Amino acid sequence: MSLVFLACGASFGAEPPTPVRQTELMTLLKHDCGSCHGLTMKGGLGPPLLPDTLTGKDDQELARIILDGVPGKPMPPWRFELQPEEARWLVDRLREGLK
Amino acid sequence: MNYLGVLMGAILLTAPVYAASADQRGTGDLGIVVERAAGRIQIFDSSQRTKLASVSELGDLSHASAVFSRDARYAYVFGRDGGLSKVDLLTGNLEKRVAQAGNSIGGAISQDGKLVAVSNYEPGGVRVFDAGTLEPLADIPTGSKVVGLVDAPDQRFVFSLYDLGEIWLVDMSVPAAPKITKYPNIGQNPYDALITPDGRYYVAGLFGEDGMALLDLWHPDKGVRRILDGYGRGEEPLPVYKMPHLEGVAIAGKNAFLPAVGRHEILVVDMDNDWQEVGRIPVHGQAVFAVARPDGRQIWVNFAHPANDTVQVIDAATLKVVHSIQPGPAVLHLEFTPRGEQVWISVRDADRVDVYDTRSMALLGSLPADKPSGIFMTARAHRIGY
Repeated sequence: MSLVFLACGASFGAEPPTPVRQTELMTLLKHDCGSCHGLTMKGGLGPPLLPDTLTGKDDQELARIILDGVPGKPMPPWRFELQPEEARWLVDRLREGLK
Repeated sequence: MNYLGVLMGAILLTAPVYAASADQRGTGDLGIVVERAAGRIQIFDSSQRTKLASVSELGDLSHASAVFSRDARYAYVFGRDGGLSKVDLLTGNLEKRVAQAGNSIGGAISQDGKLVAVSNYEPGGVRVFDAGTLEPLADIPTGSKVVGLVDAPDQRFVFSLYDLGEIWLVDMSVPAAPKITKYPNIGQNPYDALITPDGRYYVAGLFGEDGMALLDLWHPDKGVRRILDGYGRGEEPLPVYKMPHLEGVAIAGKNAFLPAVGRHEILVVDMDNDWQEVGRIPVHGQAVFAVARPDGRQIWVNFAHPANDTVQVIDAATLKVVHSIQPGPAVLHLEFTPRGEQVWISVRDADRVDVYDTRSMALLGSLPADKPSGIFMTARAHRIGY
């Protein structure tokens, strides 16, 4: 699976991920991020990631947390399968709210 | 014999309600599959390997789990959104549903089958309901997210506090007046717990530390002690992409098989020798579930993202991985048929539940399911800790 991600994940610059990749990223967000943050991002063992709860937090900082994780906390780094611009794209999706 | 004959005749004459009809059936081979994104469960028959019914409108079922009534007719489904649903497996009816909290993680049913307890993240605590009516009976606030809630003998519940690092033992003999014994300072961030099948030992896994916390329920006065201290040998753990689940942990003979947090290893401990480590088994990834076939001979393990397309089988006699299979993308859960001749495996991203023969490892068939996660069979109704 990670090979597929790597193969598809080579987008550059500020271009949005391809539609196929967007589908993969949304699956990752809902199901893998969702296993701690809740399928609807209302929180679980990890904190809620709803638009309201992210207000006032910096985009760059949120993307950095996705990529590098939070040392000493369960939040793991996702850099091994996410490009920086993909992490930013996920932050945008969180700000919009899921469905 | 004559007497028996007369008695039988009398029963048949006076109790027509007991007469068999084509519609009647037992529930011993029924189970449910959680379709987590759809907020729905499927009721299935594991003998016929067919779906019997779907029950929807159960809310947010991410991380949903279920327990069964003592008569194995009803499933109590615990949703992420705090919903507690009681489903009739025979009719497929949603009997009752209560929104009992904002965010919950699991539940348990009491020894006598009369109480259903739910562990909540928000508000942190445990709420206890009448298993018949789902009327609230007790509220136990904890000031912390609650994990690892299990039933224990003598009408008790045991659970752990993620934020505070405590284990609470609660005697529910008088439901309106729970008797709570608190064990503080058990270690950092217990993330889940198990109770051994005999109901004696409660073990909480710790996220923040290399080790686990053990409470011997035969001697609760002796307190909680640390086992497997420093199992990581000071090495930096790997990032954890999914927390291990300790429920249904593998016990085979005197050995318990425990997933190591942040490592590609299963730890083997000897329960008869003070829970000392007797070995560690290298596996394909970070284990999520390590569950024993009911006879204890095999331990089946699934893994966290990104190794979650694979399932491995450990032989309890040699402590070696003897089979690796790749059911498909995102294997989330495994459940054995009551005596273990089959294992049912949810393959989330393939929208399938696969059924394997545990002796030949042959794939026997599949059931379609929408993003399946937990699989729960009614045999759980009669096991401690389920």
